[in-house]
Amino acid sequence: MTDSTEKSGGLIRLQVDGRAVSVPDGSTILDAARILGIRIPTLCFSPLIEPYAACRICSVEVEFANGKKRIVTACNYPVWEGIKVHSDNEKVRRIRRMIVEMLLARCSNVGVLKDLAAEYGLEEVRLEKQEEECILCGLCVRVCAEVVGKAAISFAGRGLGRRIATPYDRQTEDCIACGACALVCPTGVIRVEDMEGRAVAHEELALGPAKAITVPFLQAVPNVPYIRTERCIHFQTDGCGHCAEICERDAIDYGMKDEEFEVDVGNIILATGFDLFDPSVMQQYGYGRFQNVVTSLEFEHLNSASGPTGGRILLANGDTPSVVGIVHCIGSRDQRYHEHCSKVCCMYALKYAHLIKEKTKAEVYNFYIDMRCTGKGYEEFYDRLLGEDVRFVRGKVGEISRLPVSAGEEGKLIVRVEDTLVGIVRRIPVDMVILCPAMKAHPDAKDVSRVFSCSVGKDGFFIEKHPKLAPVSTTSEGVFIAGACQGPKDIPETVAQGAAAAAEVLSLIDRKEIEIEAATAVIDEERCSGCRICNALCSFGAITFDESKGVSVINAALCKGCGTCAAACPQGVIKARHFTDRQINSEIEGILR
Amino acid sequence: MRFEPKIVGFLCNWCSYTGADLAGTARIKYAPNIRSIRVMCSGRVDPAFVVKAFAEGADGVLIAGCHPGDCHYQEGNYKALRRYLLLKRILPEYGIEPERLRLEWIAASEGERFAQVVNEFTEQVRKLGPMNFKDSLFESMKNDVMIHEEHAPQGTGEQR
Repeated sequence: MTDSTEKSGGLIRLQVDGRAVSVPDGSTILDAARILGIRIPTLCFSPLIEPYAACRICSVEVEFANGKKRIVTACNYPVWEGIKVHSDNEKVRRIRRMIVEMLLARCSNVGVLKDLAAEYGLEEVRLEKQEEECILCGLCVRVCAEVVGKAAISFAGRGLGRRIATPYDRQTEDCIACGACALVCPTGVIRVEDMEGRAVAHEELALGPAKAITVPFLQAVPNVPYIRTERCIHFQTDGCGHCAEICERDAIDYGMKDEEFEVDVGNIILATGFDLFDPSVMQQYGYGRFQNVVTSLEFEHLNSASGPTGGRILLANGDTPSVVGIVHCIGSRDQRYHEHCSKVCCMYALKYAHLIKEKTKAEVYNFYIDMRCTGKGYEEFYDRLLGEDVRFVRGKVGEISRLPVSAGEEGKLIVRVEDTLVGIVRRIPVDMVILCPAMKAHPDAKDVSRVFSCSVGKDGFFIEKHPKLAPVSTTSEGVFIAGACQGPKDIPETVAQGAAAAAEVLSLIDRKEIEIEAATAVIDEERCSGCRICNALCSFGAITFDESKGVSVINAALCKGCGTCAAACPQGVIKARHFTDRQINSEIEGILR
Repeated sequence: MRFEPKIVGFLCNWCSYTGADLAGTARIKYAPNIRSIRVMCSGRVDPAFVVKAFAEGADGVLIAGCHPGDCHYQEGNYKALRRYLLLKRILPEYGIEPERLRLEWIAASEGERFAQVVNEFTEQVRKLGPMNFKDSLFESMKNDVMIHEEHAPQGTGEQR
């Protein structure tokens, strides 16, 4: 084992199948064989934990210096100086054949045992056949205890009744659903399934449990892996820690915490993006209830070449869909949720239709309210899809259910929709439904806008200073907006707006000076009584009291020109430029004439 | 003929004036009785402006600013609120119904709300009827408002 190697440091010389090898003291025969590239079959062995030698399939013959021979298990037998190991002679093969026969008698349908049987020439199992799947190697129990640091499963029963079970055969709180037991199980009998009452994302069910160490996505910057603490065994049980052991660079530090930095900047670009409407609110569409109802973002993940299926479009059970429905305008253009149009959905729905056709030959239905294909080349793409035999049904989907009324609807998701072009209500059975949820503003956009003192519209998106003349500026000087935080938009538009915001900032930086508000307030020092009422009123600390002169003074660089001080001065000696008392009084007189 | 009240609106530049602008660009119809005066912040509204407006013959005065917490100048609208509450107590001293003064928070995105507030307030003031002053009171009010200008020493160059 690696641990003991470091302690002793000495090398042991031995032969495996006639080939000499030197391995550190404390290594096992299996280690030595693997260095030489000699395969010794194992079932209950995992490099993560101490060997246990339960399955005996790794049996080999050892020949000592004095000529004595012995059958031992390679996974836990330590190497000795000068021993000769025979990993595949006739005696070893006979023993392994016997072991496989006994295991196969118990588990007659397990693939890995059938493969071993073929390898060792076992033609017929002479014992009474059973149809178990578990070989009772105990690997899962040891992984749970040694690696995970839990004891969610263990051996139960005795003799013939021996089996692997959770405490009292009940769903247990001790199980953190890490999937480690299923990962190591040699026969694959342990499966991670949806636990009762626990909401599992489509990602976990159809695509397998996501790994705890992952790169957010392939184009991520910086493109480095991170640990998802909510899935990592170490963060839940304090166990495991294998990644830190394996990492040669010692880059893994479980003690790292989120840190806050303060950075002084002169300009800020708000590009906080958008949030996706949660379609589970619209219960009639079954999102969260039916496995094969996915959002467009989940489908994008599924369809991605770097995604969990390598870009293959699969249903939750691993089959290829033969009919797919794409439902537009989920929560957008809807008086109950969001009035606005999400703008990008029509085009990505067309893209999906095209890709599904290309990859699976499935029938594709688009359920739309209006097709909005505005943009260069977009209408042409729509036209092309009409020619590609994609079905377009104009109507808002009423319901997605799993209640079949005819034989053709068995096992399908049934989309009930009014086809407004034909004027009938249709029931269309499909295998997969892709919902196109609204692009909506972040729920905390309002708080963000307060921090930067810019405004949000009633749809929650940031408002630009002027829709035509200042499309990336805000009412706060030096604060700019770009991307979907300003409103739903697609990638080209976002890129254009981002470049525009960057250019605005650069032009300010390049100028090396900024223009400040001309409409500031000034104090007539000769007439100021020094009452200091104005000092506390200023939110920007622009008014200070000059002790030597006994008057208040306004710092023009700090003054934003709101005029609150001018309205409060009991002497009337603060002048709010461009909004003087005289000007406003004249206005009042003028409009009431 | 129906009484058409004259209403002076003090609208802050960032929220309410923009909201009024939005009502305009969105072609939302609202009572033409309001005459708007743009100020940078509702905090700029000196109570004297309100009294002045009534003295000049306004039947109602609307002060509109950003929603609490949204003020472009952080707290100007809170100052406006304080002055508004003060005015509510002072106006009856002049014999003016406090209902003739109204403070509203209208955001830049609330064009519809601006129109709705103006319509409501116009109807409210219409019910109150025209302002009815005795001349003496009118004169005393004018004096109160003009105090700064009259007492300002001449020839300082800058006139308020």
